[in-house]
Amino acid sequence: MRLASFIALIAVWHVAAWAMTSELFVDDQYQRVRNAIYFPSPVAVAQAIWHAATHSSGLTRNDINLLGFSFTTSDLIFNIYQTLRRAVVAFVFSMILGGTIGIALGRIKALNRFFDGWVLLGLNMPALVVGILCYIWLGLNDLALIVAVIINKVPLVAVTTREGASAVQPDLLHVARAFRLSRWQTLRRVFLPQLYPYFMVAARNGIALIWKIVLVYELLGRSNGVGFMLANSFSMLDVDLLLAYAFSFICVVMLIEGFIVRPLERRATKWRM
Amino acid sequence: MTPSMNALEVDIQRKVFASPDGGEFLALSQLRFSVPRGQFCCIIGPSGSGKTTFLNIVSGLDTGFEGDVRIAGQPPGAGPRLGYMFQSPRLMPWLTVEQNVALVATHRAVAQGMPRKLLEQVGLAASVDAYPNRLSGGMQRRVALARAFVNEPPLLLLDEPFVSLDTPVANRLRDLLLDQWRARSATIVFVTHDLREAIQLGDRVVFMSATPGRVVLDVPVPLDRPRLAEGPEVEKFREQLLREHPALLAGLEASRLAEGESVKRVAVGGA
Repeated sequence: MRLASFIALIAVWHVAAWAMTSELFVDDQYQRVRNAIYFPSPVAVAQAIWHAATHSSGLTRNDINLLGFSFTTSDLIFNIYQTLRRAVVAFVFSMILGGTIGIALGRIKALNRFFDGWVLLGLNMPALVVGILCYIWLGLNDLALIVAVIINKVPLVAVTTREGASAVQPDLLHVARAFRLSRWQTLRRVFLPQLYPYFMVAARNGIALIWKIVLVYELLGRSNGVGFMLANSFSMLDVDLLLAYAFSFICVVMLIEGFIVRPLERRATKWRM
Repeated sequence: MTPSMNALEVDIQRKVFASPDGGEFLALSQLRFSVPRGQFCCIIGPSGSGKTTFLNIVSGLDTGFEGDVRIAGQPPGAGPRLGYMFQSPRLMPWLTVEQNVALVATHRAVAQGMPRKLLEQVGLAASVDAYPNRLSGGMQRRVALARAFVNEPPLLLLDEPFVSLDTPVANRLRDLLLDQWRARSATIVFVTHDLREAIQLGDRVVFMSATPGRVVLDVPVPLDRPRLAEGPEVEKFREQLLREHPALLAGLEASRLAEGESVKRVAVGGA
């Protein structure tokens, strides 16, 4: 069913692209040429993906250094790798930091009263402002980008985990104390499992948000990554390339969702079945 | 302190809570008694007589009291882990039945295979890998029972563990509890507000007053085991107690009556 709907989407796109370049529908031949450039067919985009995946344009220096191995790749692989790397690092740190802050705020009322305003400020701070400030203060580098993403994401994670931490049942903690479980066991087996559903919500929202913010920040101040390539294709009016990167990246995000996020979620909520 | 044969010695002079209006609320006062090793001691008292407060002190959850409590000669919170069974099963829903029992077990108990052994003894061999929310209320309480016994504790605290269960299910659980008590020669402090249950189970019944809670009556139960839940001996002894101590037990019966009335009122309101 899903596959059919996907094929239908491609078909509609293909027909529309064909119609816009066809003499049957568009009389003006210059308009037809413009349409061909600005509204590429799925075939043209597929070709662009294949080209980017197999060639190096020289626009970015496509050397990857991973786990002590260094190798040179094509544009597409390299830029997706850069974006993913930034997103993963930012994601991990914002989950840890936001989760810790959220638990502290949820458990300690005085702390929550004091920092509530800060959290609200963080939630409402435009991502663009944070990004620009970080680039100004820390320079045009990956650190600035990652810090900016973390600042964006931490309040959201903190708010979600705070809700979970304040909803933790005292009854079960009571059991842990009555049977004198160690602090570590209480945390790992009694306290944190009650927060997993909230962590999962934060993680899901986080993935959706982070990869979009990373693209914007790359466009703003980095010289590689998917965001940079999108900015580049905008300035070159290369719609084929733009869509090629967009679709490739959507595919990667969907793969991560299907092969990492969903299985983790299933494991964490197995007991509810 | 000389080593004593008592599993539990209680000498609580005062236990005070801060009341919301800024004053003090005296929950327990001059609560003194001891439980010899191996005894099944039932504690009974009207609602709000500080029974749960007392259990919290013995289990080491509440340390803010005046007086002295010793478990096998040691203060609460020291010494070996106690067993505890709460009013509700309080199982971790994200752990399987066996994981729930193993969670509180000591390394030694795990090494000896105690979690599995106890679950088999309470008739849950087929459900060790199930999650608690797949079990009935009675089965969940069996898990809680196995959990309370898993470390073969020197002292077991049970806080009205069989309330809100059907009579046959509760009776089956009482039998399981007595089986475990006998097999492991444990010492049990069993809190209840049901005099029949206390007489059926206990070697002895300790009566607490309304707040501030203290011991007002301490009677041995002279009946042979096994005792039938609705047997004539239990009923006879109960009536004898009520006859001999009408004033002391008035509070208890009154609280039972009040509960009965409130149930009735709910039923009328629902219809």
